[in-house]
Parts: sequence; structure tokens; C-alpha cells
Amino acid sequence: MYVAVKGGETAIAHSLDLVADKRRGDRDVAELSLDQIDQQLGLAVDRVMTEGSCYDRSLAALAIKQARGDLIEAIFLLRAYRTTLPRFGASEPLDTTRMVAERRISSTFKDVPGGQVLGPTYDYTHRLLDFSLAASGERPEAPTAPADATHALPRVGDILQRDGLLEPPPSNDDGEARDLTRDPLVLPASRPLRLQNLARGDEGFLLALGYSTQRGYGNNHPFVGEIRYGHVPVSFVPEELGFAIEIGEIEVTECDMVNQFAGSHDVPPQFTRGYGLAFGHAERKAMAMALVDRALRADELGEAVTSPAQDEEFVLAHSDNVEGSGFVQHLKLPHYVDFQSELVVVRMLRAEVEKRREQAALAQAAE
Amino acid sequence: MPDATIQDTPSQDAAYNYGYLDEQTKRMIRRAILKAVAVPGYQVPFGGREMPLPYGWGTGGIQVTAAIIGREDTLKVIDQGADDTTNAVSIRRFFARVAQVATTTHTKEATIIQTRHRVPETPLTDGQILVFQVPIPEPLRMLEPRETETRTLHALSEYGVMQVSLYESIARHGRIAKTYNYPVMVNGRYIMSPSPIPKFDNPKLDRSPALQLYGAGREKRIYAVPPHTPVNSLDFDDHPFEVETWTESCELCGSTESFLDEMIVDDTGKRLFVCSDTDYCESRR
Amino acid sequence: MSTTLLAPGFADPSHDAQRLFRGVLDAFSHPGRIVELPDAPAGPGTLSPAASAFLLTFADRETPLWLEAGVDRQEVRDFLRFHAGTPLVQAREAATFAVIIGGGGEPFAGFAIGTDTYPDRAATLVIEVPALDGGPITTWRGPGVDGEVQVAIDGLGDGFWPAWTANHALFPCGVDLVFASGSRLIALPRSVAVEA
Ligand SMILES: [Zn+2]
Repeated sequence: MYVAVKGGETAIAHSLDLVADKRRGDRDVAELSLDQIDQQLGLAVDRVMTEGSCYDRSLAALAIKQARGDLIEAIFLLRAYRTTLPRFGASEPLDTTRMVAERRISSTFKDVPGGQVLGPTYDYTHRLLDFSLAASGERPEAPTAPADATHALPRVGDILQRDGLLEPPPSNDDGEARDLTRDPLVLPASRPLRLQNLARGDEGFLLALGYSTQRGYGNNHPFVGEIRYGHVPVSFVPEELGFAIEIGEIEVTECDMVNQFAGSHDVPPQFTRGYGLAFGHAERKAMAMALVDRALRADELGEAVTSPAQDEEFVLAHSDNVEGSGFVQHLKLPHYVDFQSELVVVRMLRAEVEKRREQAALAQAAE
Repeated sequence: MPDATIQDTPSQDAAYNYGYLDEQTKRMIRRAILKAVAVPGYQVPFGGREMPLPYGWGTGGIQVTAAIIGREDTLKVIDQGADDTTNAVSIRRFFARVAQVATTTHTKEATIIQTRHRVPETPLTDGQILVFQVPIPEPLRMLEPRETETRTLHALSEYGVMQVSLYESIARHGRIAKTYNYPVMVNGRYIMSPSPIPKFDNPKLDRSPALQLYGAGREKRIYAVPPHTPVNSLDFDDHPFEVETWTESCELCGSTESFLDEMIVDDTGKRLFVCSDTDYCESRR
Repeated sequence: MSTTLLAPGFADPSHDAQRLFRGVLDAFSHPGRIVELPDAPAGPGTLSPAASAFLLTFADRETPLWLEAGVDRQEVRDFLRFHAGTPLVQAREAATFAVIIGGGGEPFAGFAIGTDTYPDRAATLVIEVPALDGGPITTWRGPGVDGEVQVAIDGLGDGFWPAWTANHALFPCGVDLVFASGSRLIALPRSVAVEA
């Protein structure tokens, strides 16, 4: 009888077998390969890499396969693997002006140096289910112009900054970027820590917060200064060499949000920045991150902190979906000891109330 | 790859370091533990790692255990007082897999006991370490959600907010109606969350000869109570601290002194009571 | 790196560190208890095996170390740099760990004592002494001590215990101590009051 209440080794073993079986599904249907996930579910891979803080397409694809497409579970799997990896050091900061952009748009100017490049986007698709994909999605390759890797692509923000219209990037308070996955978050956080937290943060959470700023909960009057997506080189300085060498390329999406100007009697008005960066192609995430980054700068820019998106402690403490998912779901664990504790007291309190009622009734009857 | 079969004591998984954590991480946690012992009841921030078990399911306790455990240890893991609850089984399997450690269900034989929600009924002894899994380490959190605020309150020993909360409970219910995670004062300085143990277990924390380590993974805090340290449950002179009592006794061993689990055994609501601490109960039968 | 022979570190890094850690944890949990460290590395000679073991167990790239002039020697530096990667610092306030001989003068002055909000950000000092017993008797009380315990560490400076009383009064701030002699040590966390 008690074994039924209390799990036991065998029950767990069976549960593990069952979930593995469910993952495989009908054996008559061909098994997914990691390449298929990487190539055909690429945006899911991008999200798992971003929120999993680990740029590795095949590991992310494996995590997605193992998690049966549950992306938060896949992010968790990737992060738990990432923790065990040795650290060789930190790369040099990415220089996104060296990006070979597949897409690059600005909504603040009609044209910008380097041009507006629409690239692959759902923005102009009509959201009609394409039933031809249900049969076979085979189609001829799209014509592309050869990528121009020879010219640096100036950032719209830098051009505005040159004219003094946009503030320079906010300085890093303590001069160094601590690693959020190695050191505990200490509040108030420096901006590098905040941005790390947002980059790892749940896309849905950031989207809702960013959206809330547009609806008046801490409005910043944002404009998309620029969104760019493409390949950037990653450089590293090995101790023994003492100079930077290129160790590879990664795909990133970067968003520079240009916001409501600030200024005073003494300081001429200028636009302010919000910044977002994500692995792969993830414009919604990068934009939401940029909106929230700007909202979280309220204190620094002398704005009243009145809305959830401006509240650093609230945002940073609740952005992580692996933490949130675990803690919400831990309610599935047995809590019967605590519940028993509550039962004992509730019964006692109820008995006391009942006794008082009876005494009151007796007193009334005696009158 | 998930393994489909479970062995009782699998050999160490070669893909991972002993105890799962890398040595650098263990050193960081060990330094945090020393500071936690030096300042009893104070929550030391640590660089909590992502563990292969979900947050809220014991990642803090697991990291503490992983940082202290060695081949000479004997590990006991309990959840709700029992060794065979699913989460206890899962954590014990984890350590058998990554630390090749001997495991036991007997409180007396264990050198390290990792627990969720209970303190064993069998008195602990010098040399044993009790590792608690802690969901919310901050005892003031439900009264003040901001970490920046609660940290200041601890710094100033400004605990009026807790006194007020307990007093409000008396005003409403005629007694302190807090039943588990009942706040304690450690060595007269820090108010501490004993983790969600029933208040029945609070007296066992007071001047225990065992070392108590508390790990909160999601919140990235470690705190400790050294052996023989006074741990007082908060109360008032006119409303002294008291623990749960039952009129029933254990159906299996007859104990009238242990914490009892209540079970509903049929659909007319018939109930029976058994010890929550399975090892204690079995040793008495 | 000098050409002198480097003293060996841990033979079995993961397990040696674990066993030594448990020894130190036992000492911190029982202030006044003399703990014999299992298989402590011999160290570079001018550092006791217990101090060497303590530093190899806890120090690394993230924990700046301050050495008193008497132990700040090439073979000690080489040993700690090579086996622990520990950065050596000149400023006491920057040190996570420090090694001191005998604790004369103002032994704790200048070391980090933590802050009211983060008392954990305090230094741990390893004090090399000739013996952990046979010295003047002191009485220790506090967390980890069952009632009181008598401790007779030898070779400490005259001003040492008054300085400790001042450090203890800073609680929850203050430094924590480890007394090392041979391959044995005693821990004295800031929470413990000492009557000399
Ligand atoms: Zn029983």
C-alpha cells in the first residue's frame, strides 16, 4: 500500500522507458536526424542556442530531439551540458561592423550606407498555410547575390552618435564583465550582467515586458535604429601568442533600438540606446531584449521607475525559464509532510472556532 | 543518452568529473561553505551551477553534497522523511552514478544525509552532515520580496517585520499558525529559514552535534549551522513555540513520538497514520 | 619558473582535495579541535604541510593570496603559482587568503573583514605556529563548541588575543583563522570568543 504512494526504483525505471518510447513515436515513421533539425527547424535551434548560452548547432539539435521539441526542456538540457565544459578563456568582443549581413534594415532612415537588405524574413509573407509543404517542400534554390565580405557595414547608431544625436554606448560601471554563469547575480547589477541575463532570458517573458513598455508601462518611444543578421568572426587571444587570432564565425542577430531623447538645461537632448543580441536569426528576441534593456536604464537616466519592465530586480530574477520551469514544476514533488503540518493546525483552529460557537450557543440558550 | 536500465550502484560515468562538478566549481562551493560555517545563519551567495536536475528539485542540496562527498562517505537521501520517494531515489541514483558512493537508508550509518522537508527522528551524531534542499533561503522573502531590502534588514538585524507577521497570526488565529518553514534565530544573530521542514523538526536543529548545511540552487545561496549552535524558533512569552501533536499513533510501529503521515485508505475517507521517517519506523518493528 | 625543484602537489587532485576539505570543514565546525590532515602534501619546506594543504585545497586563480615576508620565498611562490595558479598580492585588503608567521604585531590589520551586507567577503588567514598545544591556555566559546574548549596554541605574539577579541567584536564581519603546525591545524572562525 505504501509502495504505491512512494515512487520506488522500478516505477522510475518504467517512467524513463516510457518517455524514451514516446520520444521515438510510431516506429513506422522515419526517425528525425540532427541535420534535419538543424536545417529545417533552424529557428528552434537558434532559440535553444541563445537561451542555452551555447553556440553549437548540433548539440542544440540533439537537445531538441531529446526534448521532443519542448524548447524550454531543450534549453535546460543544453545548459546542463554546458556547465560541465572546461573554460579556455573569453573571446574578444564581437565586432558586428565586420558582419557579413544576410539581412539589415533600419526604420529610422529611408536609406543607410550599406543599404537596406531584406534577406530571409517572414515579415512580408502572407500567413497562409502552404499546403504544398504538406506533400513535399522541394523547391529550387533562391537566387542570391554574392555576399560582400570586403566592406565593413557601419552601424546606423554610430553614424547618429558621430553627430552627437545618439548617446555613446553606456560605460561599463566596473570595467569588467563578470560571467553570470560562474558568479551569483548581485543587485543592483552592472549593465554587462543585465545584458547577459536578458540574452539568456525567456523570449516570451521579454516579449511581454517589451510589449508592456509600448502600451505605456514605462514607454521609451522606441525606433528600430537597425537590425542586422549575419555572420561575424570570433577572435581569441591565446595566452602564449599574446595577439588575437580568428577561431571561427557565428551567426548573430543584433538590434540597436533608438529611444526617446533625454536632456536637460545643461545637456543638449540626445537619443538613448537599448541593445539586443541573440545567436542565430532571432529578431523578435533581439528587439524585445533591446526594449527591456532600455527600460532597465530608467534609474541611470533619471526616469521614474514605475513599471515592471523598469524594475531590475523583478525582471532579472524572473527572466530565466529554466529556473522558472523548475520551480513551478517542483510543486509536483510530494509535499505531504508540509501539508500534514497544515492539516494538524487547520483542524485545531477549526475545533477552536467550533468550541467557541458551541459556548456562544449555550450562553444564548441559558439567557 | 538516457540509460534505460537502472543499476543499484552503477560505475562512475566516465564523461563527468568525480561528483559531477569540476574541481574549480567545488573549490568555489567549499569556500562558500567555510564562510557559511563561520557566520552561522548568514546566506552566502555562490556561483550556483546548472545541474542536470531541475531547479526546485534539490539542485542546491545536490551541489553542496557534490562538493563535500568522497569515496569514504555513506550517503542517505530522504524526501518527506522517506528513502523511497521518487525525488530521493533520483538523487541517490545520481550520486551513485557520479560519485561511486555507498548509500544507505539507515540514519545511523550515514555520514552525509541529504534531505528535503524532514530531519530524521533518530538523533544525529558528531561527524554527520545534514544537507538541506532549500527552495527559498530568505526567511523574510514573503514579507519583503526584494533581495536588496532583505539583505539590508539582515545587516541591521532589523527583524520587526517578522515579529509583526507572527503577531498578526496570533491576532487572527489565537496562535502562531505557521506550520512549516518556521523561522528560527541562529546563535542570537540571524533569522534563518530552516527550509520547509515541519515545525515539529525545529527543536532537532538546536544544538545538534551534527553539522547542518543548507543549499539553495536557484537562489544561489549556501548557509550553515555548526554543531552545538543555539537555534531558537521565534515566539513570544505569552505564545511560546509549540510543535504538532497527534492523538493517533503509527499504524506500523506504534510510535507516538514521531511525525506522522496521514493516508486516506478508502473512499469513505477512512484514515490511518504512519511514521514519515521510514528508517525510524522500520527499525522499531 | 626557477630551476629549483618544485615541491609536488596533490597525487590525486580530486580525491586529495576532497579529503583535505573535509578535514578543514571538521576544524571549522569544531573550533579548537586539532585536526590531523590526511596525506597533506609536504609543501615547499618553508610552508608547513598543513598550510600547503589548506592553500592547495581552497586557493586558485580567483583567490588572491598575501604572504608575510618570512614565507614569501621563491620556492613558495613557485609552488602556489604552479599548483594553484594563485595570484600573489602586495596589498592586504586585496587578499582572500594570507599566510602569517606567529601573528605578532597587528596581525589582522588591513585584511578584508567583509561588509554588513556581505560579511562573507572577508579574508581567511593561515597562521603558522610552532605547536598547536603546550602554549598558554585559552578558553573558546561559540558556534561549533559544546560549552567551552581549552586550546593552548604556542608561539603567538603578545597582542594576538586582544586583537582577536577586537576581531570577534566585529561579528558578523571579521577575519577567520586557521592555525597550522606540521600536518595539523585548528580553525578559529570569527564567531568564536576567546578568553586568554
Ligand atoms: Zn512507525
